[in-house]
Amino acid sequence: MADSFPATISGPTSKERKYDRQLRLWAATGQQALEDARVLLVNSDGPLGSSSTGVTGVAGVEALKNLVLPGIGGFTIVDPATVTEADLGVNFFLEEESLGKSRADETCRLLRELNPDVQGYSYSKSISDLLTDPDFLSRHKLVIISGPTKRSTLEPLCQKAQELEIPVLYVHSLGFCATFSLQLPTEFPIVETHPDPESTQDLRLLNPWPELAAAAESLGDLEAMDDHQHGHVPYTLLLLRFLSQWKQTHGAMPDNYKEKSAFREFVRSNARTKNAEGGEENFDEAVAAVLKTISPFSLRSSIREIFEMQQCQQLTTNSADFWVIASAIRTFYNAHGVLPLPGSLPDMKAQSADYVALQNIYKAKARKDVEEVTATIRQLESQLGRTTTILDREVEVFCKNAAHIKVVRGRGIAQTNEDTDAVTLKALRSGLAMPESLASIFIACQIIDAVVDEIQSKPAQNQLSVDDEGLWVAQKERILALLTRDDPTPLDEEAQESIDNAIQEIRRAEGGELHNIASLAGGLVAQESLKVLTRQYVPLDNTCVFDGARSRSEMYRF
Amino acid sequence: MATAVIGSSGYKGRWNHLYKVLSKPGPFSDEDWVPGQGTINTLESSKILVIGAGGLGCEILKNLALSGFKDIHVIDMDTIDISNLNRQFLFRQADIGKPKAEVAAAFVEKRVKGVNITPYVGKIQDKDEDYYMQFKIIICGLDSIEARRWINSTLVGMVDFENPESLKPLIDGGTEGFKGQARVILPTLSSCIECQLDMHAPRPAVPLCTIATIPRQPQHCIEWAHQIAWQEKRKDDTFDSDDMEHISWVYNEALQRAQHFHIHGVTFQMTQGVVKNIIPAIASTNAVIAASTTSEVLKIATSCNPYLDNYMMYAGEEGVYTYTFEAEKKEDCPVCGNLARKMDVDANMTLGEFIESLGEKAEAQLKKPSLRTEERTLYQRFPPQLEEHTRPNLRLKLGELVENGQEIAVSDPAYTIDFRYRLHFK
Repeated sequence: MADSFPATISGPTSKERKYDRQLRLWAATGQQALEDARVLLVNSDGPLGSSSTGVTGVAGVEALKNLVLPGIGGFTIVDPATVTEADLGVNFFLEEESLGKSRADETCRLLRELNPDVQGYSYSKSISDLLTDPDFLSRHKLVIISGPTKRSTLEPLCQKAQELEIPVLYVHSLGFCATFSLQLPTEFPIVETHPDPESTQDLRLLNPWPELAAAAESLGDLEAMDDHQHGHVPYTLLLLRFLSQWKQTHGAMPDNYKEKSAFREFVRSNARTKNAEGGEENFDEAVAAVLKTISPFSLRSSIREIFEMQQCQQLTTNSADFWVIASAIRTFYNAHGVLPLPGSLPDMKAQSADYVALQNIYKAKARKDVEEVTATIRQLESQLGRTTTILDREVEVFCKNAAHIKVVRGRGIAQTNEDTDAVTLKALRSGLAMPESLASIFIACQIIDAVVDEIQSKPAQNQLSVDDEGLWVAQKERILALLTRDDPTPLDEEAQESIDNAIQEIRRAEGGELHNIASLAGGLVAQESLKVLTRQYVPLDNTCVFDGARSRSEMYRF
Repeated sequence: MATAVIGSSGYKGRWNHLYKVLSKPGPFSDEDWVPGQGTINTLESSKILVIGAGGLGCEILKNLALSGFKDIHVIDMDTIDISNLNRQFLFRQADIGKPKAEVAAAFVEKRVKGVNITPYVGKIQDKDEDYYMQFKIIICGLDSIEARRWINSTLVGMVDFENPESLKPLIDGGTEGFKGQARVILPTLSSCIECQLDMHAPRPAVPLCTIATIPRQPQHCIEWAHQIAWQEKRKDDTFDSDDMEHISWVYNEALQRAQHFHIHGVTFQMTQGVVKNIIPAIASTNAVIAASTTSEVLKIATSCNPYLDNYMMYAGEEGVYTYTFEAEKKEDCPVCGNLARKMDVDANMTLGEFIESLGEKAEAQLKKPSLRTEERTLYQRFPPQLEEHTRPNLRLKLGELVENGQEIAVSDPAYTIDFRYRLHFK
C-alpha cells in the first residue's frame, strides 16, 4: 500500500488561522461555498406609518454581521431609509456621524470593517426599483428580508427568488418576539448532514463480506491465547466470532431483544476474569456494543423516499449531480440490499497493528463500493450524454453519507392571506391548538404585516401610526376569519387568549425592535443562512418563532 | 396615552423602542410591576459585571450597551489572537496581542454614546467579595468550567440572608459549535453551576497505556508527542500551546509516530485541536446565546417580563431547536446544598487511582484534589512535608482507608470551598 505522508511541514496559512474555529465545523469545502456567495439584505421598504422612516432592520444587520465575520464572498444592503436617532439606540453598525445619511451606505461601511475579505454594496432605494434590472437578483445566493413588508414588495421578490432557486429568509423582530420563515427551492438536497457520529456506525456484523469474515476466522483458537492477546482482540472480531458460534448452536442470528440479551450474556461469559484486572476491556466494549450494532441493515424511510422520487427515477441530461449519484446508489442498493459501506471504524481496545489491519478491511470495502457506484455513474453520464463529469471526491463523500442524505422539500414564505393554501391554514390551526403554543406570535406578526400593508399601499392611511387601534382590530378580525375559512370550528379560548397576548406583547414596541431580540434573531437567521449556503447540516423547515418573554422557541412547518 | 419618558442620556428619541417596551405592561409582566420612568431609572443605575470579553463577551457588551445599561464592567485576562477574528467582532487585525477587555470596552464606549465600560485585565480570582458586591447582576461568557465554578461558589458564599443586596443573580452562557446554553442562577435559591456539573461532562481521556504503547488513532500519536515525547526530549522547555514552533515540533513527532504505526490522518490542524483542546466556535451561535443571556439581564434588572427559570439549551445542527426547563437544585450539591454527595466507588481501587478518577468523574472534575475524612488526612498536596507523610496512602485501597458510607472532604487549589462526598462501595 502506498502510504503518503507529506515530506515537509507547512503550517496553516493566515486565512486558515483566522477561520480555524469554523473550519472545524464545515471544512474547506463549506468555506469555499461561503466565499462564493453574495447575500442580499432587503432591510426596509418605506415608512411604517407616521413618524417612522421604516423597519429598523437590526435583525437583518446582525445576521449580516454573523455572515461577514466567517467570510461570505459579499453582501448587498438595500434600504431606502435615512439614519435617525432611534436607529442609533438599537443598531450597533451606525455611529453619531451617520445621522441623516443613507442607512444602507452607513451599515454597509461599518459592516465591511469587520472583515477585509468581504465585498459590501449598498443601495439607498426600494427593492422594487432594483428588481427592474433582470440581473440584479441573480447575483445573490440568498435573500434576507426584514419585515414587516407590504405584500406588493414581498410577493414579487419571493416569487422571482423562487424562479431563480435562491433561498429567502423573511424575518420579524418586534419587541420581545421574533419569527422567521425560510423559503427553499422545491427540492433542496443535502449530502453532508453531519449526523451524530454515534448514529452513523455501520459495522455489518450480521452480514460480513468475505474479507471481514475471514479476519474473524483467522483469529484461531481464542482459548489458546495468552491473557495479553485475549484482552486485545478488537471487539468487532469478538462479536463476529461469537455470532458465528451462536448461529451454529441456535440455527439463526440473535434477532429480538430477548435473544440479543442472551447473546450479550454469552459474550460476557467468555471474558476472562481471573486476570490481574479482574476483567477485559475489549469484552466490556463488545458487551456494550451488542444492542447497538447487532441489527440487520435496514434502509431508512427517508432514504427510501428519496430513491422513489421522480428526480431519482427519471434522470435527464440536466439532472443535478445529486440525483445522478443518488440514482447510482439506488442501483447499488437494489443489487446488494445495503448502501455503500461508510468505512469508518470506531476506536476500540486493540494492538495498533491489529486495529490498523481491521480498519484497512473496512476502508478497502468502502473503496470498492465507491468504485462500483462510480462505474454506474460513468455509465449513466454517457447514456444521458452529459458533458461534465461528476468529481470522484463528490461520489466518495456521497457514499460515506449515503445513509443520512436529506432532501428538504422547500415551501414558500409562510403567510396568512387570501392566497394561503389549506395545508398552511391547517398547520396553523394545529399549531394554535397546542398548549403554550408560540404559533400565536406568528399570527400577531402576520397581523402587523397586514397593518403595514394597509398603511403603505393606501395613501389615505399613511398618516396613521403602526400602532393604530382601528387598523389592528380590523386586521386581526380578517386573519381570524381566515383561520376558520377551511375549518369552521371556532378557535378555543386558550388560542384566542394566546393570540391576544402575542398582540399585546408585540404592540408594546409599536413596531420597534429591542436590540437583544434582534441580535438573537440575527444569530438564528445567520445560522440557517450558513447551513443553506454551505449545504451542510440541516436547515429549518420552514418557520421558527422565538418568545423572548418566556425564553422559548418553536419550529413549525407552515 | 403614555407621556414621553426621558433617559439620563438626553438624546431625544434615541431609546424610543426600548422605552416604549419599558413603559407599558405586557401580558406576562408581573401585575405589581410599575412601568415607566422609575423602571428606566433603575435600568440606568444598574451596575453590571461581564466576565469574559471573548466570543460571548463582545456580543454581551454590545447588547448591554444597546439595552440602555450605562455602567458596565468587564474582566478578561486574555489578549487578542488571530483565531478570534472570525467572531469577536470588536477586534481587528491591528489589535492582535492587545488585551481583550480594554479593546472591547473602548470600542463599545466609542460606538454607543453615554455608556461607561470599565475594563479589568486579569483573573476573576484577583478580585474579592467587596469587588463582586458592588454589582447588581453578573453575566458570564466563559470557555472554562473551572472559572464558572469559581465565580459560582464565590457568589453562593457571599449570600447573607439578612441582606437581600448580597444575592447577585448570575447569568451564564456557553457555546460549542452550533450548540449552546443560557442559564439563570439565583445563588442559594435556584440550581447552581455545581448542581448542574454532571450535565457538562468532560470528554473521557485516552488511557495512558494506549498513548504510550498501542496508539490506534492519529489523536493518540499527538497525545504521545505532547505528553511523552516532549517530556523525554525537551523537558527543559516549558511547553506553550501558542508557540508555533512548539506545535510544529509536536506535529512532526506525532507524524513520525503515526508513520511508524501506519496510522493516517495526523494534520497540523488536528494537532492544534488536540493540544489546545480547541472547541469550534462561530459568530452566529455566540450571537444567539449572548443575546439570550443579555435579554435575561434586561428582564431581571427591569422586571419588564419574567426571567428564564432557569435553563435554555440550543442546538442548531438540525433546524432551530431549543429546550427550556428548570434544572434541579440539589440538596447534595457541594456548593449550595447541605448534604454530602453520594459517590459509588470500588473498594479495591487504590487512593491514587481514586484521586485520578476525580479529575474525570462528571460530578467532580477536580484535577488536584487533597482528601480528608473527619478523623484523618488521606492525602494532602501541600505543604511538602505533609505530602510526603500522606503519600504512602496513595497505594492503599479505599476499603483500607475509609468505611463504606463514610464522608470525605475534598479540597482543590482551583476552588475556595471543600467538596463533600459520601463514598459507597460498589
